[in-house]
Amino acid sequence: MASMVASVAAASGDEVTVFFSMNALQYFTKDNAELAAPEEGEFGRLIGTEGVPAFRKLFEQAADLGDARLLACSMALDLLKITPEDLTLEFGPATGLTAFLSDAEDGRLLSF
Amino acid sequence: MPETKVVDARNTFCPGPLMELISFMKRAEVGDQMELLSTDDGSASDVPQWIAKVGHELVTKEKIDDVWHITVKKVK
Repeated sequence: MASMVASVAAASGDEVTVFFSMNALQYFTKDNAELAAPEEGEFGRLIGTEGVPAFRKLFEQAADLGDARLLACSMALDLLKITPEDLTLEFGPATGLTAFLSDAEDGRLLSF
Repeated sequence: MPETKVVDARNTFCPGPLMELISFMKRAEVGDQMELLSTDDGSASDVPQWIAKVGHELVTKEKIDDVWHITVKKVK
């Protein structure tokens, strides 16, 4: 859902920043480039089998078509012992929660 | 005659058809048209919303044999 909102909003002209933390980040490391998203319930199963665009593709389109900024949480990077260079998509600099929240304080904050 | 490119997004679901349209719009010249083919009813209502929001022109929209044909013109 996050990838859908990010891609559609960014391509509609909204300024979009996506902050990846916790379990989300592991899906974007080069070692896990093919790792499938966990199927959450019936909808997770349907999304995997029907023609719904893949979440990685949508984040890539958000960045390419709508100039969305993709930011990796510095705490999550530290715990995974990786840097933004180890990630597959074009991520911006490692970002702390304080920096992200102050950057986003005038916008709408959606949490997934 | 403006170029009309057909983009076949049949059997993909939201936001697949919309993203196909948006990537075309990004590359197209002002005046270009595209005809989007989609079997997704949700996209048939969402795509015109996006066109209106961003300010392009919806030329035609019709459903023929369960396939939506949505023609859009890039105006800016």
